[in-house]
Amino acid sequence: MLAVLEQRNAFDYEKFTHVDVKHALEETLDFRGLSLQGFMALLSPAAAPLLEELAQAAQRVKKVHFGNNISLFTPLYIANYCEDECTYCGFSRFNKIKRAKLTDWQIESECKEIVKSGLEEVLILTGESQAFSNYKYIGQACKTAKKYFRAIGIEVQPMNVDEYKYLHNSGADFVTVFQETYDTDVYDIVHPGGRKRIFPYRFDTAERALLGGFRGVAFGALLGLADFRKDALAVGLHAMQIQKKFPHAEISISCPRIRPILGDDNLPSDIGVPLTPVTEEQLLQIICAYRLFLPFANITVSTRENEKFRNEIFKIAATKISAGVSVGVGGHGEEAVGDEQFEIDDVRSVPEICKMLKNAKLQPVMSEYMYL
Amino acid sequence: MSNIADPWKLGDYEFTSRFILGSGKYSVDLIDASVKHAGAQIITLALRRASSTADDNIMNYIPETVTILPNTSGARNAEEAVKVARLARKLGCKDFVKVEVVHDSKYLLPDNYETAKATEILANEGFVVLPYMYPDLNAARDMVNAGAAAIMPLGAPIGSNKGLRTKDFIRILLDEIDLPIIVDAGIGKPSHATEAMEMGVTAVMANTAIATAGNVVQMSNAFRLAIEAGRLGYLAETGRVLEAGASASSPLTGFLGE
Repeated sequence: MLAVLEQRNAFDYEKFTHVDVKHALEETLDFRGLSLQGFMALLSPAAAPLLEELAQAAQRVKKVHFGNNISLFTPLYIANYCEDECTYCGFSRFNKIKRAKLTDWQIESECKEIVKSGLEEVLILTGESQAFSNYKYIGQACKTAKKYFRAIGIEVQPMNVDEYKYLHNSGADFVTVFQETYDTDVYDIVHPGGRKRIFPYRFDTAERALLGGFRGVAFGALLGLADFRKDALAVGLHAMQIQKKFPHAEISISCPRIRPILGDDNLPSDIGVPLTPVTEEQLLQIICAYRLFLPFANITVSTRENEKFRNEIFKIAATKISAGVSVGVGGHGEEAVGDEQFEIDDVRSVPEICKMLKNAKLQPVMSEYMYL
Repeated sequence: MSNIADPWKLGDYEFTSRFILGSGKYSVDLIDASVKHAGAQIITLALRRASSTADDNIMNYIPETVTILPNTSGARNAEEAVKVARLARKLGCKDFVKVEVVHDSKYLLPDNYETAKATEILANEGFVVLPYMYPDLNAARDMVNAGAAAIMPLGAPIGSNKGLRTKDFIRILLDEIDLPIIVDAGIGKPSHATEAMEMGVTAVMANTAIATAGNVVQMSNAFRLAIEAGRLGYLAETGRVLEAGASASSPLTGFLGE
């Protein structure tokens, strides 16, 4: 962890030049991918004028590793109780929202509804609450979902190894835990209470999940909470560190950002730290840099992004797309019983997403996975 | 060239085409072009894709005349590979299986040791086993002793399109291993396929090269012709080709015995 944080903090992106970026782009022609210095160069402001070349390189590398395949999944929120106090999140403990958790019967009903769309992969989400959504509750949800889906991921509170073993045995195989930011000072400020305050425990989540038998782990920073270039570097380093330690691990990267539209109903205007908004161009630059540094990793782009951006990013660098999304608790069959975590922009259904992909000569893939 | 005059065998099964379509990047167009234009009679299929219940399950698009070669892609050790192979058999995929054991998500290089272990278990269960491996002679001998029906050495890292980077090692396998050698992974363009066939390999497998081509149909045709050209070249016993320098037409030792 310390190595990642030290490199993040020492990252002086202003020192990179046009020549460094050109050199990094040349590196991407090699199958082994980009060096760490190259990754830094592509994250730097000097890469912005060469964005088209970054996109071309990212598309080439994506084709080599993933061909035309794009995987589909949908999130299923089963509870929104939360004991954390993240200042930027709709689920935060003291936020006055409608709280709920689905019963096993309701979860089954949601699964039945989702599976009608042809989806075979689901991501089960909760707020982070030991009291309302502990590992046994989540495990039962996984067992229910396993009857309907081939691939199950979870995005829930960080667990210990034994709990991950239980969840893996219940049918889940992929864990997503965002570090949110790798700036420990900002992390302290935006997480004033709850277990999430413990930065190292969250940092080591991927390792514990893999030790618990999980196949894959997903990383991400909420870009814009702190210096996004430094956080993007840390995400890449964190992922690479885990891949080296657990070579079999399937690595995924998610790219959520706090959007620059302040005044957005879902974004508290004061989260305790000044935001560093990420523009669409900057987000594209970061995603291309991720693709080139981690050519083997799946990249997911959230429905927080608009339809136009998502249409294009899947041609260039991203490989995994959510469809038919509801971010309230439930909401796939019956009306949602609990409030949303954030507002989504791209509300397209599974057939609409498939149509978009096929029009772009991409191949929608419902599942490439087998629980072993 | 008539394919019929030059068949090859895999277990008890005979094939005339020496092109095998790999499984990495599938689309319906790719399968169609590979069968119609590249002449593929064998298509490998990742079982993790094949067992999908989705309407666009790739199994629905493979003609019945084509032999499906299920692979164990996704298996991280011998035990998982065996599990996948047995499942393939249950799903009616005959007895063929390409054993693929990879526990490195970055380079996707095969684990020869685990592959040999899985090959032995599956061959004993009556499978026609094709192990995908790094072209190491000792490991290849292990595969032979384990009961493999063919050896599938990689030409270069999978998906890299780099061609025959392991050429010298594949040549050693050709010299020493008395089983069909099928080059798998790394074949990036038709000339790579020709090069492999000229060396005397039995068949080549490709996917990325065709799947990511600008024109899938044209590239399929190109691969068929390239493979046939390479095979003809091999059968015709390619003349001496020096890698560098020249050959003196007037021998220096010609004076001896004059």
